[in-house]
Amino acid sequence: MSMDRPRNEYPRPTTTVLETTTEGLLDGAKALLDAGHRLALVAAHDDLSSIRIVYVFTKGPPDERTELVVRLDPSRPLLPSLASVSFVASRFEREMKDLFGVELVDHPQPRHLVLHQHWPEGWYPMRRTAGAMPPVVANAESFPFIPVEGPGVYEIPVGPVHAGLIEPGHFRFFVVGETILRMKARLWFVHKGIERLMEGKTIDEGLEIAQRISGDTAVGHGLAYIMAVEEALGVETSGADCQVRAALLEMERLYNHVADLGALCNDVAFSIANARALTVRERLLRINAEITGHRLLRNGVVFGGSRVQRLATIEELNEIEHEVDELVAMVRSNALVIDRFAGTAVLSHDDAVEMGTLGVVARSSGRQFDARVAHPFTDMPADFALAGSSGGDVLARFDVRVEETRTSLACLRAWTRDGVGSQGRSTATLSAPRERTARSGLGIVEAWRGTIVHRVEFDGDGRLSRVKIVDPSWFNWPALPISLADTIIPDFPLANKSFNLSYAGNDL
Amino acid sequence: MNAAGISVWQIGSVAVQVALCVVGAPLLVGLMRTVRCRLEGRVGPPVRQTWRDLRKLLAKQRTQPEQSSFFFAVAPVVLVATTIVVIAFTPMVTTRTALLGGSDLFAIVFLLLLGSVSLALAALDTGTAFGGMGSSRLMAIVALAEPALLVAILALAAPVHSSSLPVIVAGSLHHPMWLATPQRLLAFGAFVIVILAESGRLPVDNPATHLELTMIHEALMLEYSGPDLAFVVLGESLRLTVLLALLSNLFFPWGIATALTGVSFVVAIAVLAAKVALLAVAVAAGEVAVAKLRLFRVPELLAGAFVLSVLAVLSALVIA
Repeated sequence: MSMDRPRNEYPRPTTTVLETTTEGLLDGAKALLDAGHRLALVAAHDDLSSIRIVYVFTKGPPDERTELVVRLDPSRPLLPSLASVSFVASRFEREMKDLFGVELVDHPQPRHLVLHQHWPEGWYPMRRTAGAMPPVVANAESFPFIPVEGPGVYEIPVGPVHAGLIEPGHFRFFVVGETILRMKARLWFVHKGIERLMEGKTIDEGLEIAQRISGDTAVGHGLAYIMAVEEALGVETSGADCQVRAALLEMERLYNHVADLGALCNDVAFSIANARALTVRERLLRINAEITGHRLLRNGVVFGGSRVQRLATIEELNEIEHEVDELVAMVRSNALVIDRFAGTAVLSHDDAVEMGTLGVVARSSGRQFDARVAHPFTDMPADFALAGSSGGDVLARFDVRVEETRTSLACLRAWTRDGVGSQGRSTATLSAPRERTARSGLGIVEAWRGTIVHRVEFDGDGRLSRVKIVDPSWFNWPALPISLADTIIPDFPLANKSFNLSYAGNDL
Repeated sequence: MNAAGISVWQIGSVAVQVALCVVGAPLLVGLMRTVRCRLEGRVGPPVRQTWRDLRKLLAKQRTQPEQSSFFFAVAPVVLVATTIVVIAFTPMVTTRTALLGGSDLFAIVFLLLLGSVSLALAALDTGTAFGGMGSSRLMAIVALAEPALLVAILALAAPVHSSSLPVIVAGSLHHPMWLATPQRLLAFGAFVIVILAESGRLPVDNPATHLELTMIHEALMLEYSGPDLAFVVLGESLRLTVLLALLSNLFFPWGIATALTGVSFVVAIAVLAAKVALLAVAVAAGEVAVAKLRLFRVPELLAGAFVLSVLAVLSALVIA
């Protein structure tokens, strides 16, 4: 650690920890939600003597973090449901029921969420006493879909294996004619037990895993993880490194947004735009490969700092912007494409807020939330403005991605002019911290899909004892069926693409 | 024309155009794919790729969904057979075709429809959601496209007082001015829209998609594999070819052989191939510029085709 490094302008926000009881939980949560906090993460921990549940509420700006902690009896972990005040909480609760065996009191839908019907009943994989997994039993009947009945209603099952190169998920449509009455998405086909896998790992081993949670979000998840680790261990990162990290986040946003712009056009068979977008994406990936040595920007974020060969040059960024402008002009001038986008799969502002949506999806429905503003860790350029639209349709999500692409380019240009990356080329990895008490930390990052939150805990040996990962897709998946209210079946792939949610990040 | 008057050339012309179409149709689809790829800045597969795929499929084992009936296996054969009959009856190489009697435009339209309907029935036969979805969509489109096509035929048939194809083609060959008449131009518009819809091209259907929920034509073939799939693919490409050949000879008849000589036959074949290829390239190039319509907008497009064909008939009546 050199002494002359620039001081980080953003001192670590403190986290208020409030211990509460099962009786006081609902009131405590309600008070925080009413004060404008967002329930960002709920993590259960098996401490053997108790099941400890940590509710993380965040608010910003200014950056505020509050943890509500409640302890349950491990022999009978009864948890009062917060479903009456928070839809988001109700889903975290179902997750804890499946993985920790928490018994939910007054939950309106205490059904399976993470574990499908063939998982053995009464076996909770995240409990320390879980032991080896009992044999799975094929039992499709115990996990039925709620039927929709009436004259002319029929079901279309799609997936979990799809025709394209996409991840697995099962969609069950209930349809009259071409109009979708109801759609149920069943996910967690790629539940890999990542959180369990990270337990007992060292910081660097954990980073390797975090960068692979969702392949297209290596920086987002890697950074959220490492920021959580650094907070837990009290490690300060230099301001220069923070800016390099922010630049990596924007590079990741760029290549993903550009690919999405093309993919949206491809789904309405305007494939020339997709071909153009893919060439821009490829150009970005090649720049990425020169930045961190990996096309998907892995290994740029390291414990205590960042490690890059260089950052994108002004010329490269200008060229990319020029190509993006041409692409957008081509799409916007095609009336057929715009007709397909406009008015398709509208997610209302109220629904977007109620479901706790994040990222592009939220900002396209007029919900202006962005961790770059709410939980900043570095200076954004003076002219940084949040992209937003109130349309809530596919066109709004297209437009917001276009705007965010331009914002990312502007940020990167501003930082490059400031010389970011020149002094932060290779920060030495910090030696393991001296402090070796059990500690926890929170990492909040605005990745390209939306806000990622990681919460880590260390045991006394400096190894990870618990990592809780929340990808924005976790919040956004339930909003997708809601947006399909007036949508016809052949428009579903387009609607789905406009959300572009991660299965891997959701299923974990 | 009685049987005694049929020359070996006339029989030969039928054989030649059937052979030409069967060999050429997959190449035509390959050509369109390649053109589209190149215009989008991609390399794309070689033109002969469709044939390679067909050869691969033909060598595979037959499979059939468990609960489907014999019709599932019959439909691809019906599709190919009806389309080949249509090819035989269409005056492609010469107006003096051996099968003059049956070469009626109405008969040809309904033969093509027979192929579509049998494929739709086979898709229903599989009992899958996608099959039913595809069938219902295809039937909706066909129900809207056929009237437009039939009325457009009336506009072409009116000047020659016959719906016989060779007569219409010969008529426009003898009176080139007819080709520029309003009813011809309007009917041409209607024909083009209907052909795009019937052959599953953009902006009605996207032949390149993998998104099952958006499919129309592709949804019907989802359960087919191996040789059956090869027949369906061949049948669909034959249908596209014959529709484009019809379009070119009805509206641009130049080059078709009116005399039964070897030279005129060779010229006719070469010109036909060039015309059809040109139309296919035009369709492929047009596809690059458009997107797929929202499914509920397709009826509007087909209604447009119907209006064009009604206007064509009206102007034919006014001019007559």
